[in-house]
Amino acid sequence: MNGESFLFNVFALATCLGAIAVVFSQTVVRMAFWLVISLGSTAALFFLANADFVGAAQLLIYVGGTLVLLVFGVMLTASGPYLKIATSPGEIVMGSCVGLLFLVVVYASLNGVDWREPAAAASGNGNPVVATGNTLRPIGLSFLGSRPDQDLTGDGETLTPGYLLPFEIVSIHLLVVLIGAAYLARAKRRVVGSG
Amino acid sequence: MMFAAQSIADFFQGFGGWQYVIAAIIHAVLLVHVFAFSPFAFIWLERKVSGRIQDRLGPTRVGGLFGWLQSLADGIKLVQKEDLCPTAADSMLFRSAPYIVCVSSFAAFMVLPFSHGWVAVAADCGLFIILAILSLEVFGIIMAGYSSGSKWSLFGGMREAAQMVSYEIPLAICALVPVIAAGSLNLGEVGGMQRGWFTNWFMFHDPFTFIAFFVYFVVATASCKRAPFDLAEAESELVGGFHTEYSGMRWSFFFMGEYASMFAVCGIASVLFMGGWNTGIAPIDDALYAARNASIDGTAGSAAIGYLANVIGAGVFAAKASFGVFVQVWLRWTLPRLRIDQVMTTCLKYLVPISCFLFLGATLWPLIMVTGLGRTTWTSPIGDRAAQGLQETRDGSVEVTTIAGPPIDLGLIVPAASSLEQEAVVQ
Repeated sequence: MNGESFLFNVFALATCLGAIAVVFSQTVVRMAFWLVISLGSTAALFFLANADFVGAAQLLIYVGGTLVLLVFGVMLTASGPYLKIATSPGEIVMGSCVGLLFLVVVYASLNGVDWREPAAAASGNGNPVVATGNTLRPIGLSFLGSRPDQDLTGDGETLTPGYLLPFEIVSIHLLVVLIGAAYLARAKRRVVGSG
Repeated sequence: MMFAAQSIADFFQGFGGWQYVIAAIIHAVLLVHVFAFSPFAFIWLERKVSGRIQDRLGPTRVGGLFGWLQSLADGIKLVQKEDLCPTAADSMLFRSAPYIVCVSSFAAFMVLPFSHGWVAVAADCGLFIILAILSLEVFGIIMAGYSSGSKWSLFGGMREAAQMVSYEIPLAICALVPVIAAGSLNLGEVGGMQRGWFTNWFMFHDPFTFIAFFVYFVVATASCKRAPFDLAEAESELVGGFHTEYSGMRWSFFFMGEYASMFAVCGIASVLFMGGWNTGIAPIDDALYAARNASIDGTAGSAAIGYLANVIGAGVFAAKASFGVFVQVWLRWTLPRLRIDQVMTTCLKYLVPISCFLFLGATLWPLIMVTGLGRTTWTSPIGDRAAQGLQETRDGSVEVTTIAGPPIDLGLIVPAASSLEQEAVVQ
């Protein structure tokens, strides 16, 4: 076992233990702490798999963004000192059912994929970008609508479409959400001002 | 992942395998000590500068000249203190919060380049990773504030959460302004492009990056929760804010994290705006780069003089970053603390629009320069600068081979040499 696979196992274990601790802890902020452990270890797994961009996005969006907002929300809304969540038996049953269904889906899709190395990678013509983790430039070019990893190795006749259209759709959607949020916040303040 | 830099790897490859491992361990330990000793030095600096600004002497007795061992004395005192945990606190969260702060600000040093090729993890999206890691620090502060079981701490934690969530936006946008000029998120490449006279520094690239430097510095000061933005620990209103209930080593972990992340954000400023490890004087820079590529057995960078050149580069980098920290200390003891609403107003009503304006301006600037004046930047004619920078930083790295076939036209992102020269020929 080399160093990287050892670290991979350590972080995989931390991810799972963190996730289990989230389920079994009662306090919301403790759950958030275990989520930090779990999601941070997931980011470490991404880094070890040479997916630097995805790992950094995982840290920034989930740990730095979502979890901070969650704890912030708890601090603003909690009535007592340590907000606790009591789970009813029905919820436990429902949650376990959903979890088991998800496990089945994950297992089925893991079995459905052919995990052997593609022929190109086996013969030494694989994309060296993936091996170093320096995938940012191809990702950026794909968002601009050009796929150098596909087009330059292909026959040059058919061009692969990039991710420009989905990217723009998501951007417009987020812009609409932002404007909506600003509108809601503004309307609320006006009511307070007049009252 | 590359745990050692390209040039170090080349340097030690000549000795065989196990020496390389030892060299990697030595450099990893050195990196840990950058994290450990920068707070040591900056806490002394803080005491000394605050003393001088308040017409005092500051520490003079402990240690020799200028009381330079004062931080060590502080450290010994803090280690001896009892590790207290209030009964009202959530002890598990209370005890683990300082580690989150410490680990996240230390992890930032992994992607911070100290000299040409001297970076623990040479990631292609280094700036993105470092901003992501620095944003984790706030979580430890919030947890400390929440789990202390004290109202002062809770207020401090809430203020810190509100402040950080707002200040992350202009921080990221301002950091992107020089990235537009560079066309790369790789901090090593961005630093290498600023080689030559100091007019090549991205700070002097265009008016937008010049303003962005100062906006970045203000926002970075706020993101380290330094005065005048230290609302999370405002002593006059909140006793000690989020760290009211802490004592001993756990308390000092917060401050190690704070001073280390001051050095980290100033290091980012130095790489993005102030030329990183480049001296700003073209003949010296050229000599250092020549020394880095000198060889004894055919591979570039194998000579010991190249290592020495990198040590000098790391010294230049540390000097620039430490100057940034000095300015932050200076500001802290000069300006009065803002109120919390003023802090939020400064960010949301002024800094965010200013940084958005700078971002837009920086995207338009290359187009205006190329179409209007026929230059890439105000100092260099078309094609001169971008080509040199990319050539210098990409040579010898694996990344050159990433895109097979003809070079991609990056004209929209960076006014790359090849496309613009072709245009000039056609005209």
